[in-house]
Amino acid sequence: MKDIKLLSELSDEEKSSIFLPNDIEFYPEKELPEELLRKEIPLPQLTEVEVTRHFTNLSLRNFGVDIGFYPLGSCTMKYNPKITEELANLPGFTKIHPYTPEDLCQGCLQIIYELEKLLCTISGMDRFTFQPSAGAHGELTALLIMKAYLRDKGENRNIVLVPDSAHGTNPASASMAGFTTIEIPSDERGLINPNILRKYMNENTAVLMLTNPNTLGLFEKDILEISKIVHENGALLYYDGANLNGIMGYARPGDMGFDAVHLNLHKTFSTPHGGGGPGAGPVGVKKYLIPYLPKPLVDFDGEKYYLNYNIPKSIGRVRSFYGNFLVLIKAYIYIRLLGDEGLRKTTEMAVLNANYLKEKLKDIFYLPYPSLCKHEFVLSGKKQKEKGVKVLDIAKRILDFGIHPPTIYFPLIVEEALMIEPTETEDKKTLDYFIEVMEKINREIEEDIEKVKNSPFTTSVRRLDEAYAVKNLKVKWE
Amino acid sequence: MPYFPHTPKEIEEMLSFLGKKSIEELFEDIPDEIKKRAKENFKLPPPISEIEIYKYIEEISNKNEGKDYLLFMGAGVYNHYIPPLVKKIISYPTFYTSYTPYQPEISQGILQAMFEYQSLICDLTGMEVANASLYEAGSGTAEASLMAYRINGRREILISQGVHPEYKEVLKTYLNALDLIYKEIPINERGETDINFLEKEISENTTCFIIQNPNFFGVIESRLNEISEIVHKNDSIFIYIFYPIALGILKPPSDYNADIAVAEGQCLGTPISFGGPYLGILATKYKFIRQIPGRLVGETKDIEGKRGFVLTLQTREQHIRRAKATSNICSNEALTALSAVVYLALLGKKGIKRIAELCFDRAHYAKRKILEEIKNVELTYPSYFFNEFVLKFPKPAYEIFNKLKEKKILAGIPLEKFFPDRKKELLLSFTEMNIKKEIDILVDNLREALK
Repeated sequence: MKDIKLLSELSDEEKSSIFLPNDIEFYPEKELPEELLRKEIPLPQLTEVEVTRHFTNLSLRNFGVDIGFYPLGSCTMKYNPKITEELANLPGFTKIHPYTPEDLCQGCLQIIYELEKLLCTISGMDRFTFQPSAGAHGELTALLIMKAYLRDKGENRNIVLVPDSAHGTNPASASMAGFTTIEIPSDERGLINPNILRKYMNENTAVLMLTNPNTLGLFEKDILEISKIVHENGALLYYDGANLNGIMGYARPGDMGFDAVHLNLHKTFSTPHGGGGPGAGPVGVKKYLIPYLPKPLVDFDGEKYYLNYNIPKSIGRVRSFYGNFLVLIKAYIYIRLLGDEGLRKTTEMAVLNANYLKEKLKDIFYLPYPSLCKHEFVLSGKKQKEKGVKVLDIAKRILDFGIHPPTIYFPLIVEEALMIEPTETEDKKTLDYFIEVMEKINREIEEDIEKVKNSPFTTSVRRLDEAYAVKNLKVKWE
Repeated sequence: MPYFPHTPKEIEEMLSFLGKKSIEELFEDIPDEIKKRAKENFKLPPPISEIEIYKYIEEISNKNEGKDYLLFMGAGVYNHYIPPLVKKIISYPTFYTSYTPYQPEISQGILQAMFEYQSLICDLTGMEVANASLYEAGSGTAEASLMAYRINGRREILISQGVHPEYKEVLKTYLNALDLIYKEIPINERGETDINFLEKEISENTTCFIIQNPNFFGVIESRLNEISEIVHKNDSIFIYIFYPIALGILKPPSDYNADIAVAEGQCLGTPISFGGPYLGILATKYKFIRQIPGRLVGETKDIEGKRGFVLTLQTREQHIRRAKATSNICSNEALTALSAVVYLALLGKKGIKRIAELCFDRAHYAKRKILEEIKNVELTYPSYFFNEFVLKFPKPAYEIFNKLKEKKILAGIPLEKFFPDRKKELLLSFTEMNIKKEIDILVDNLREALK
């Protein structure tokens, strides 16, 4: 396939821009001293046709859920209903300035207010803030809230515990919140073991961060005991909501003893991932943590919705304005379309799909934790590695079959990990095709190993050299 | 329901393969007590049809009456023209339904677009390297300060009083978490940062100095060279918050030797949308590249030598470096960054300059008209401005604002909203979207309200 030229390579000074007014009376050159003014803007100059073709061609070299199966573990790449896109883009939402007086943006406030109620019911928490713009941002926000709560009680605890299977964002958020992270080893079941946990708890433990189902896709069965241990120690329990898709209607973080949660609206609640964002990571807390939430909150006085800034113990703001509002609308619509019945079914189908794939694929790949899983599971390519093929090679070969590969090399506790999350979006036919592909690749390892190691063949570029990019850093056009 | 493609027969086949009699058996690993509580409490409104939700949401959106008002509000969020192509392109399903490009061979579209975004931001700012987006300017300012802290290890962050109050609040939250010190440098009667004060306050403990230009009050800082020199003489980091559109006419941050440039990128093709999603822009000098937070796309080649793009320097990031990462950021604002790159590509050097000139023109037209035609009104700051300025009235600004609201005009933002003691001042903003006829209506109504 042909290279797509860079915008800078297409540029020509003689070309004109889009049509803009020119009724200018006050020119900067006349009104401002010369030393403030820019002489040259080295931006490229292109026509609308060129720009259109450029990005349309680029879009043809990208893979999305709308193209095919995307079992990227821990990312919940489910279908994004089109109605949510259309409605979020109504001018009644996109044309509202964040400083619009409250009486003229009652609709925006109502969406936030109602979404909060829905998320409280889904998660079992008492209040939510919508400022956090992504999961990691939610983690940081919640840790700051819990820190403020502990400090308010005169507690100077500074340790955050995370399982060794945790997302990298957990320890990174803990550092930003001023905590020190200690990792707890998972036991032979792939779970947090209360007996091990006890050894790690002490008077410095502030928070235990857990994902449940965890990143192996396993439900932390001992969660009630874990919660008890944490709380008896005077620490708090945090829920990383990345994997909520595995338990809706069957378990609520609030009922499991979690004090604070973040939910990834771009995962469980189907808002699109946008090539890496925007997401939304609202944080829900139990009653005792409400005084520390970022301000403002949206409240209702019986007649109208309003922004409540009267939160004296608030941790402050974690971003400007109120959050990724258009993302919130999409999640709200999704929840209303499905209702409790639909969300429960979402989880059921996601879990059915994951278990079906797991049981089908365990003959091909080593399955380190052979128990019932929730929405995802983790295989190991260690048998294949012995034959000379890395899990990276397998992932690249999957690309040739029109499927997005699973998450690889994560969680870190599984050698040559393949983390597979089919979501409820896929039917049996798609799963069976994936199984066929995995069987075929596994046969290729026996019969034509170079084919796997040299893959992919059908993509717009062949295998890319990531080490070369680091050694010869080039992060913009010259 | 539409989002589950499984037929009852398929479900049965799959369950029987798993040796399960019912779906419930797939949840045997969850303790009964937890399931019981969920069963009792997981109660949402019943599902509704697409048609019903369509009408319902439309109705809610119509309660946002502000959508039909003449808009002269800015303060970091600007109602600029968005060429229709921008929305078309970010709606391409392969862009918006994809995720972080962990598999570069099938993600060349978004990777090249992000490489071009980084390049265009560098072109616009004169900086040497830009990341592939942060959430918005508030957390972007905080991330820039933490970056400065990683660079020199000093613990005192100085910031101009002229920075957006919400960015300051966000910064305080982030600094508080690490027990770093926050200090404001006041602005003078011209609305510009008080250089003498800065010189007095800056010390060997100063991590960085943060300035916004044009600042929150619309004032263009005219002594940036001196400020930059003071900061650099002290071996502190100079953080410069810019307004991307203003760079169509104003000198870029690199001309003032800024070390880190930060901006709200909403103005580059993203609607105002009640505060988000927006776009955090961060650019810096090449020598600080390993301290950058977030994603970075680099050029490379494939095994046949063909050009391609990948995420690079990932050892900075949380999924590799964990507790020692440069930031916790994972999901970012890739799609709004895509809007920005389409917007900048479409406008080019000529277009961005013209947009900036139009904003400048509309604001200066309004200023002249207001000062000429209305008595008892003055400018708070007699300085240079781009597209915003602060007016001072003989009576409370909210009184005037509310009178114009009745005429379906959102006449700026009363400063009292942010500074309770500044009751008589109003921050007015203009973009190319405010045609002169609208400005005339604004001025007529201001005159009327002040009678």
